[in-house]
Formats: sequence, C-alpha cells, structure tokens
Amino acid sequence: MDADTSRRSLRRRELLKMTPLAAAGLLLNARSREWLVGSGLELGDRASALAFRSTHLAPVFAVRDVTPYERFPLNSYLVDDPEVDLDGWRLSVSGLIQRPGEYTLEALRRLPRVVQNTRHICVEGWDVIGSFGGVRIADFLAHVGADAGARFLEVRCHDDYYESVDIESARHRQSLLCDEMYGGPLSRGHGAPLRLVMPTKLGYKQAKYLASIHVTSVLAARRGYWEDQGYGWYGGI
Amino acid sequence: MRLEHPAVVRLSHWAAAIAVVVLVMSGLEIFAAFPSFGSKVPQRDLLALPEAVRLGGWLGGALQWHMTFAALLVAIGSIYAVYQAGSGNYRQVLFAGRDVPGLRPMVRHYLLRGPKPTEGGTYNPLQKLAYTAVLGLGVVLAVTGAALYKPVQFAWLVTILGGFRLVRIWHFAAMCALLAFIPGHLLMVGLHGWRNFASMWVGFRD
Repeated sequence: MDADTSRRSLRRRELLKMTPLAAAGLLLNARSREWLVGSGLELGDRASALAFRSTHLAPVFAVRDVTPYERFPLNSYLVDDPEVDLDGWRLSVSGLIQRPGEYTLEALRRLPRVVQNTRHICVEGWDVIGSFGGVRIADFLAHVGADAGARFLEVRCHDDYYESVDIESARHRQSLLCDEMYGGPLSRGHGAPLRLVMPTKLGYKQAKYLASIHVTSVLAARRGYWEDQGYGWYGGI
Repeated sequence: MRLEHPAVVRLSHWAAAIAVVVLVMSGLEIFAAFPSFGSKVPQRDLLALPEAVRLGGWLGGALQWHMTFAALLVAIGSIYAVYQAGSGNYRQVLFAGRDVPGLRPMVRHYLLRGPKPTEGGTYNPLQKLAYTAVLGLGVVLAVTGAALYKPVQFAWLVTILGGFRLVRIWHFAAMCALLAFIPGHLLMVGLHGWRNFASMWVGFRD
C-alpha cells in the first residue's frame, strides 16, 4: 500500500466511523427524528401508489366466508351514532365537477348497483369479511361530471370525521358509496345512510355517515382525522 | 493479523442490531393495538405488554418507527447480500453440507463433554447454523411483513402463506424465534471475551 492509498483508506475509515454519530444526531434532534421516523410510511405509501393497478382486484369471497353480521365490529372515533337526520339527508357534492349540488339517496340508487363480499382490514391488525352493497364511486363521479384532471376526493362526515383519497383508488371498480350491508340498509352504527367502502384501503380511510364530497386537484392541509395524527395518508393495502 | 469481519459485514451487523431492537419494540406496540390472532368480535387478548418494551407511544407512532426501520433493514440486508454473494464471503457464514460432521463435536464441547474442535474458518459449524437461521428469519420477517403491510397488492403471497391471519402469526413467530437467538448470542459474546467482541468493530483481533 503506498502512502496515497493508505491516506485514502484512512479517510474512508474516518468517514465510516462518522456514520453512527450522524445517525445518532439524526435521532436526537426532534425535527430530523420526526422526518426520519415518518419517512418509512411515506416511502411505503409512495411505492404502494406506484404499484397500484386499477385492474388489480381485491379478493372477493363466497357467502359462507362472510363474517356473521353480529361479529362485524363497530369502530367509531367519536360516537357510534351521530344521529343523522336520515329523512332530510343529502350528499353535498362540490369542486371540479360539472353538476355540483345536493344528491338524495334515491338519486344515488339509480346508478348501477353492486354487491361484493370483501375483506375489511383495520390498521390495528384485525380483519373481517363483509357483504357490502352500493354504487361505484367511479359511476357517481361520471354522473356528476368530475373533471378528468381531478386528483383527490375529500369527504366530510356527520360525526366531524374527515378523509381524503386519491382519485385512482376512488375510481377502482370495487370502491363503493355503500348504503347496504348484508342485504339491508346500512345501520346507524355502520355509517347510515352512506359510507365509503374501499377494499384496497385500510379501514380508517372508509369514512362513515358521509355528509359531503369535494373533488379537487389540491389536497387541503387537513387530510384525514387519523392521518393528521400520524397514520399514513395513502393507506393502501 | 487476519481480517475476520469485512467492513460491510461489521457495518450491517451493527445497523441490523439497532434496527432489530427498534423493530421488535415498535412491533410490540403495534401488536398491543390488537393483541390477538383471532376475531375482533369477540376479542380474546393474548398478552398485556408492559410499556417499557414498546416503542412509538401509540399505534400511529409505532407504525412510523416500524416502517422506517423495516425499510432501513431491507436496504442493509440487500447491501449485505450483494456484497456476500459478489465477494464469495458468504462461505464464511452460510451453513453448508460440509459443516454437518462438525456439529456433534461442537455441541459436545459446548456441553463441556469434549475438547474444543480445531476451527477451520471464522465461525464454527454451530455458529454457522445459528447465523444462517437468523439470516433466514430476516427473510421470513421481510416477506411476511410485506404481505401484512400490503395484503391486497401481495394477495398471492397471502394465499401462499395460508391467509391473512396466518401471516400475522408467521410474522410474530419469526420475531419470537429471532428473540430466542439473542440471549445465546450475547452469552457467547460474553464468554469469548473482549478481543472477540472488538473484532466485530475493527475487523481484526490483535
């Protein structure tokens, strides 16, 4: 080893020794730690979004595999029943669409109906297979004349929950505006009269007690009740 | 002076050691959100984990730690695998057929029932077996983790692994197996003294 190589190898060695220090520094500083710790979910979200294929369907199940209705959990963040006035209910739709306005359940039900048995997976780790009926979000977006350049759907709920999803996932053919479970109308606890069902997303994305949908190309700062506290925004599975 | 542990091996060992601690602790926090392998209704909790062994504060925080260090560990593991394969250094650690005859004498020695067999390489056959198993567990943890994280996109993997609930069990069981390795590993490090330990930092024992 001549002097030059040896010096180079020494410098490399010194640099290598610095890596644990640099890593410790990143973790000790609150701001860089937040960035570092959050980057894994961000990366996973991005990879998941890149790998998303609208033609790739989530598994569907036979009737015998469906979890019995009474064993389908009620999961709410605030109350199980926000006491929605079901008779006066309207879905308010706004944003990058040709026909904004208030839509009744009857208007929604005139779109082609879909029933599917799909798995609902909670971020906590539990899963159930449910029977869900409703109309495709894609059909509804076409019905209201959503802009081709729109990128996101923002939804608000009657229990003050809020969510947003990418429009590719919303247009997936298994993504529903769901008004029926197990062949009957959605119960109050499960989100009456209308909820999102998206078997390509985690449970917290599938907002209940829908009040409004806003179609946009720019996401608001408040992206979702749980996402604003640290869950991944994309929430794809 | 003989180079025992190349720099890539040493760096990836210590980086993996840190990542494993973070992954186990944040993983236990994630598990605490639903500490069961069965149904949600009715829910039967398996164990209550003390806060001292958990990391992240709550499920959302734990998921962030878990995914970041999972990504880091996969990156480290990939660099390690490419290096080991490219340099041929994998022979140092991977258990192979020729190591089988050496197992018995080594077990006898560890049970204080035989002399210490003369060592051929850096690691004895029993060490190789243990390290190979740990590397294999790493692969199992990464694969089952990917299936858990994206069970629709990796639906085929979930099917191969026996269904979503089983994937959670595999992932947890692989972690338990990895945890079982650690006390024995630390005991051996303790028994073999400072020079052996220092060699994992500087590469040589001098």
